Parts: sequence; structure tokens; C-alpha cells
Amino acid sequence: MELFRLTIAEALRLLLNKEISNQELLKAVFDRIKNIDSKINAYVTITEEEAFNRLNKVSKTSGIPIAIKDNLCTKGIKTTCSSKILGNFIPPYESTVTQKLINSEYIFTGKTNLDEFAMGSSTENSGFFPTKNPWDTSRVPGGSSGGSAAAVASGMCIAALGSDTGGSIRQPAAFCGVVGLKPTYGRVSRFGLIAFASSLDQIGPITKNVEDCAILMNILSGHDINDSTCANIDVPDYTANLKNGVKGLTIGIPKEYFIEGIDKETLDAVKKAINILSEMGAEVIPISLPHTEYSIAVYYILATSEASSNLARFDGVKYGLRIDGKNLLDMYLNTKAAGFGKEVKRRILLGTYSLSSGYYDAYYKKAQAVRTLIRKDFADAFKKVDVIITPTTPTPAFKIGEKVADPLKMYLNDIFTTPVNLAGIPAISIPCGFSKEGLPIGLQIIGRDFDEETLLRTSYTFEHATEHHKRIPSI
Amino acid sequence: MKTNMKTYETVIGLEIHAQLSTKTKIFCSCPTQFGSVPNTQTCPICIGMPGVLPVLNKKVVEFVIKAGLATNCTISKHSRFARKNYFYPDLPKGYQISQFDLPLCQRGSLTVGDKIININRIHIEEDAGKNIHDSSDIHSLVDLNRAGVPLMEIVTEPDIASPLEAGAFMRKLRAILRYLEICDGNMEEGSLRCDANISLRPIGQKELGVKAEVKNLNSFRYVEKALEYEIERQTKILTDGGRIIQETRLFNTQSGKTISMRSKEESHDYRYFPEPDLVPIEVSDQWINEIRETITELPDQKTARFVRDYKLPSYDADLLSLEKYTADWFEEAVRLGGDSKQVSNWMMGELMRLLNEKNLSLDKSPLKPNLLVDMLKLVTDGTISGKIAKTVFEDMFNTGKSASEIVKEKGLVQISDLGELDTVIDEIIKSNSKEYERYKAGETKLLGFFVGLVMKATKGKANPKLLNSTLQKKLST
Repeated sequence: MELFRLTIAEALRLLLNKEISNQELLKAVFDRIKNIDSKINAYVTITEEEAFNRLNKVSKTSGIPIAIKDNLCTKGIKTTCSSKILGNFIPPYESTVTQKLINSEYIFTGKTNLDEFAMGSSTENSGFFPTKNPWDTSRVPGGSSGGSAAAVASGMCIAALGSDTGGSIRQPAAFCGVVGLKPTYGRVSRFGLIAFASSLDQIGPITKNVEDCAILMNILSGHDINDSTCANIDVPDYTANLKNGVKGLTIGIPKEYFIEGIDKETLDAVKKAINILSEMGAEVIPISLPHTEYSIAVYYILATSEASSNLARFDGVKYGLRIDGKNLLDMYLNTKAAGFGKEVKRRILLGTYSLSSGYYDAYYKKAQAVRTLIRKDFADAFKKVDVIITPTTPTPAFKIGEKVADPLKMYLNDIFTTPVNLAGIPAISIPCGFSKEGLPIGLQIIGRDFDEETLLRTSYTFEHATEHHKRIPSI
Repeated sequence: MKTNMKTYETVIGLEIHAQLSTKTKIFCSCPTQFGSVPNTQTCPICIGMPGVLPVLNKKVVEFVIKAGLATNCTISKHSRFARKNYFYPDLPKGYQISQFDLPLCQRGSLTVGDKIININRIHIEEDAGKNIHDSSDIHSLVDLNRAGVPLMEIVTEPDIASPLEAGAFMRKLRAILRYLEICDGNMEEGSLRCDANISLRPIGQKELGVKAEVKNLNSFRYVEKALEYEIERQTKILTDGGRIIQETRLFNTQSGKTISMRSKEESHDYRYFPEPDLVPIEVSDQWINEIRETITELPDQKTARFVRDYKLPSYDADLLSLEKYTADWFEEAVRLGGDSKQVSNWMMGELMRLLNEKNLSLDKSPLKPNLLVDMLKLVTDGTISGKIAKTVFEDMFNTGKSASEIVKEKGLVQISDLGELDTVIDEIIKSNSKEYERYKAGETKLLGFFVGLVMKATKGKANPKLLNSTLQKKLST
């Protein structure tokens, strides 16, 4: 048995039955990392010593190895955001989500690579190195949580945490053939997540199957006094209703998401998935989300505006990189020039422009108004349907280097995921097939505010009617 | 033709920053104490570490609502925070969390003398830290103890017509904030500081002139002096046919002049946008009412009551009401039986003089209301003269002893014994026979001469009434 292939649920069962020890499990995962991470580059920091130390302090029936995206602050463990500007930053505090995992006796395997400050769709924008797709190392794993998704897909952890601002959990989950959930905005505390775009960022699980996703959601969700935007709403047991099927469920298919330019294999896989759910008792109806076409524009104005402000603090004064200069301005310029990568600089410039006096009304303000319309599109749709199904991405994983020269082409990869963040609602990506080349295809299921339960139930039903999640990359 | 100075009128608007006296900072639980060792009152939140989030201190909202209610503002049911973006080492996040388009309080007013000064808005914001420059070192240091200390900014309409009026507005506002116990008003420590916008326009012109903004005035006197200087400067430019340029200026306390800091073109674009890390502030009517009920009598109401109930001149009532502690001191003395006008006279005269001399505030004075009242009784019943009372008062102030104790110790009891006084008077008449004859011949103004001699001989202890009547009788015989 390859222990690193286990899911959380399987591992917990085996630990409980004393069929394996948590030492064996952790060792298997670190061995796996040692064997293959040189080919994948999923991890920025590997915390083997800390992991085994911590394992001594947890119960023998727990100690699941989990990887943490490197934009989540971990006390005493270097947290870089895959940026040179934070290359030496060690937080003196723990994020709420990692604290919750510690409380539940999960063991951190390390910090995973991302597009610098979570800005990107391929992990090629990492300030250190790109991560590769375990299904085909000439391809990107998606991004920005590419390190986490690749680590889960290749067994370099049992599960992982990611963050999703415009698709950064779902898109890499789709590219790597794993499950990724972006919770409702306010479901999971953002305290300790290094902000990219505060009104869009959410932390969520990346797992090998839907049950694991539900298990982690039980741990991560809930109110936090340290995050005012985190909702004080009861959290259900997400594992309780997984097996209740889809009979009576209404699924909406938005016509704006099934347009020209989408890869045919992706389209076929998604249509097939819809048919399966229909056969299992769900009602499928066509819907319209008329403002979809503005999503990318709105997203790139709002996200960059917030980012331009959120990243102002990296100025060389207090922590992180500092490149001295002959005066204050010089130090600012030297530090930011050396510390930030090209894409980060591009987005800071875009956002600064959108917020500038004389442009604010035409860009930021207008984008906020359209955001309200996009949100309303979904609210109207959810009067008629329980979930909405779309492809997660227009194509399977693309080649490394294929889109770096053309940022707009890269941005279009988020076309199906960004509207969800703008609306604040939850969505999940699950494997729904493979291309002829053997690349995974993702199915996106979108739900109502705080209705992750229905997403998980629908996903679980589909997963158990198919075999896609059982396929693993040959690496 | 030379234009006369008086053809211009002054238009002033103030932006006042008041530090709220909450125990903890606005978005974290660090203490707000002044004067601590640099960077000891900080945490990851107020030093702007990555990933941290602000959580609003509810007391701050309560305090600002209080200020709004006390200055007749409309309290916004729905307001929100905004980010003000600029780079400076003492601003750890690279933005200040403030309020912009939806402030907590709007459209208020304050009455200063007979004039109503309108308030445009009061909003909440966080303070920045402090840069420390040492000329002996090429490095500058940053102290973030003050970063995240809650402030409110009070913005007036351009309704103020003179530096004196500006000073009076500041004093009135400070009194109110201190009454509400939401700001200690300590200007030296920067708890209350003011930016003043000032422009001139020809009398009769509606349109406002081009303004200058004078930054960071941290005393009433500086506000007045800086504005006086600006009037002089701007008047000279205008009368010489020049044009005022819109700019930010700094007041040099040494020279008493303002100097240009930056012009409008160089001013920051703060790129305000709604703060996404905080939810909007929703204020219910119930909460506003609860806060309203905690507001006790304010200076204006107290002044009116003092005039009405204690028959004080409004000048006295105004001065006594400026500080709550002073007003309470006064009322305590009256409650203990002191005559209101007498108490007021002693407080505004001798007491103020001694406090100023010793640079003490009233609450630090060893002289308490009961001591003053006891002394006033000794004056009324004739035990001591009004003149002796001044000496006794100063002794009470210095020692905290009671008037009767001091009178006893120093033998200051008034000579009201006729026999004793007779002997002294007789002796004086005898040794000043020339003056005695002149008096008898009708030169009655010499009475004062004799009174003086008796007082001198008795060290001022002679009961003046008794002395007068006895002396007159004896001189006429």
C-alpha cells in the first residue's frame, strides 16, 4: 500500500484501527516529497523536522499530513507568498485556519508554491520557480494555488490548503485532477492570509476527493473575532448529508458559459457530467447570467485596486526585503523594484491607476456597480435553481510558457471562475473526465451563499457515480 | 491707489484631530498610553504585518457618536471606513484607515458667543506612528506606539471670521470633549491638534478666495498667532496686487511665521476607496438613544443654569463652566453654604492666580471647597477681615490647613474688643496731635491717615467697621 495515496478519511480509519501508525504515514509522505518534488517543485519550504516534532505531541489516531499554501502565515515558519520581498519573513503569529488545523492535530508538511502574492493562473509567476503539473511536467499546474494542487495530485501530502481570489483554488484543482472548494466569502476566516484582494480572497481545501473536502470544511469554517468580514453563522456538519443524492435538485446551465472558444473535450466532459446528474434524478434547466461577459474586466479592476493598496506595506521599513538607497524614496524604489515580480508590478500599476483621482469613477466605481449586477444575476438564478454547473476552465492545463507573453490570454483562463468571487458565493471544482492527452478536466458547481452543503452533496453523488477521481498521475 | 486693509474679510475653516481616550487602540487591543518606550505598545496588527486584519473597537464609535450628539450632528445610520493611501515610514500599512464618503456624523454646529459655527462632519480614523530624526545619526527611527490610536476629525464649515473666533471655537470644543470624557484635550501631548484653512475675500464678495492650509497647530495660541500671521501675509499679497496660491503651510513657533510646505500641484492623490477588511458601521436608533442618555449637562447648559440658579453674571458662569471639575468645585462650595458670588470671586481671583503661579490644575490644589467656605464664614462673622482673608487663603492653598487653624496659629483674629482698640487709638491720637488738631479744624479726610496708623499698629487685625466708628467718635471729641 502506498500510504501517500491515502485520503484523509481512509488514513483516519486506518489510524483508528491501528493498521498504520501516523509515523509511517508522515514518513511515507516525506519520502514521496524527496522522491518527486525535484520534478514538480510544489514546495517552497519543507518542514520535515517541525512535522515530526509536532507529531510526537498529537494523538496516535491523528496527525494527517497537510500542505499549506505559502500565503498563509504560519508562526515560526517562513511565509514568503513566493515573493522575494518576503523571502526572509517569519510570522510571529498563526493564521486562524492553520491554528484550527493545529487544534485538530493536522501536521504541516510545508509551504507550497504559488504565483507571487497569488497573482496568476499558472504558478509561473512565482518569485522562485514554476511548479509543474504532475500529469504532464511540461504543463502548468494552474494557479495561483498550483503548489498545493500539484502536491495533492502527486501524493506529496494527504490534502492541502489553497486560497481563491478569482479561481486560484478551482482552476489548479481542475488542472491537477483534484477537488478544490472556494467557500462563500465570510465562511472561513481570512486572518493570517496575506491579502491579494480583500473583498474576494477566500481560503479553502484542495483534496483528493469530496469527502475529504467536507472533513476539512468542518474544521476551517466558522466565525472568527479576528476577521470582521467572517460571518457569524452556524456551520453545519458538511459530512452529514453527502450521501443524500440529487433527487429533486434543480441544476442551472448558464448559456453564457457554453460559448465558442471552449475546448471541445472539456465541453463534452461537462455535458456528460450534467447528463449523469440528470439521470440520477436532478432536474436540469437552462438559465442566463447576462452580465458574465463583464466579469473579467470587473475582476481585474477591483482585484488590482485592492492589491495596489494591500501591497503598499511591503516598503522595506519594517520586515522583509530592504534595499538601501540614498534617501527614503530611493529605498522604496530599490526595494520594490527588486522585491516584486513583473506581474505583481503590472497589477499594482493597474490598480493604482483605477483608484487615481479622475479615473476612479470610470473604473473602480463603475466596476463596483457592475459587480452588484453580477451578484444579482446569481441571486436571480438561485430563485429557480439549487446549483449552477459550468466548466471550471475553458481548456485543460496549458504548456509552461505558452501564455506568459500575453497577460490578457492568461487572464481569460479565469473567465468561468472570477464571477463566483465577485458574487461572493461558493463553488467547487471536481474531476469530470480526461482529455485524449490524459489531462484532467474540471467541473465547476456553483451554489447559493453559505450553501456549501449542497455543493458537496452534488459533487459526492457525481464522484461516486464515476471513476475519474480514482485515476492518478503516473509520476 | 492704496487699498485699505479693512476691505478684506477673513474666512476660516478648521479641521481638528482629537485623540479619543479609549484604553486600547482602534483596531487591536494594544494600550494607548502616552510616552511609553518606543515600539512597546505594538502588535502585528498595528505595525501592519502581512495577513493581519483590523477589528473595530466599539468604544471608538460610541465616543464619536457622543461627540456628534453634543455638537448637534446627524448620526449616520450607515457609515463606512475608507483607505487613504500614501507612503510614509510612520504609516505601517501604506494606508490610513479613515472615513471618506460616508462619515459617522454630519451637519452639526457649535455656538461660540452669539455665533453659530457649522460643523460639516466628524469622522473616525486611526493615527499614524512617529518618525524620529536625530541629527547626529544619518538614520531615522520609527516609533509605532501611536499607530492605530483612535482619532476623530472634526471639520467645520468656513464660518469662522477671525483668529479669536477660531481660538474660541477650539476652547469650546475642547471643553465639550472633556465634559464627555472622550478626549483629554491635552494639546502638548498632541491629543488635540488643528489644521486651519484660511482665505481672504473682498467684503461683499460671495465667492471664497484662494485658501492656504496651515498644518498641525497644537495650542490655542498657535492657532490664533498662525492665523493672524496669515491674514497679514495674504492681505499684503492682495493689496500689492498679487495672487494667493493654494498651498499647505507650516507654522514656525519660533518665528511666529508660516512657511510654504507644498503647493496644490504637489499634493497627494490619496486614492480613497472603501476599506474591504471592515464591515460598514450600522448604528441603531436604540443605540443612539442609549448613548444620548449618558450625556450629562454640557458647558452651555451649565452656564445657563449657573446664571439662573446662582444669579451669577454670565461672564463668571462661562468661566466656571469651561471645565467640569471647576464647575463641580464651585457647586460643592455653594452646597456647603458659600455665597455663590463670593465663591466665584475667590475662585476666579485668588485661586486662579495661585494655581497659575504654581502651574497647578484645580484638581491638584490642596485647597478644597470646604476650606474656602469655612474661611468665608470667618469673614462674615467678623473673626477676620477681608484683607487678612487673602493671607489666610494663600496659607490654606499652600498648606491645606483650615482657616481657623491658620488664624489661631498666627493670631490673626480681628480686634473687635472695644477696650483694646480704645487704648491703641488713644495712644495714636496722643502722638499725632498736629494731625488731630487739623482734623478737628475740619480736615476730615485725615481720617484715612489715622485708620492706616491703627491698622499698622494692629497688623491689620482691627475690625474695620469698629475702628471707623470708634475713631470718628474719638477724633470729634
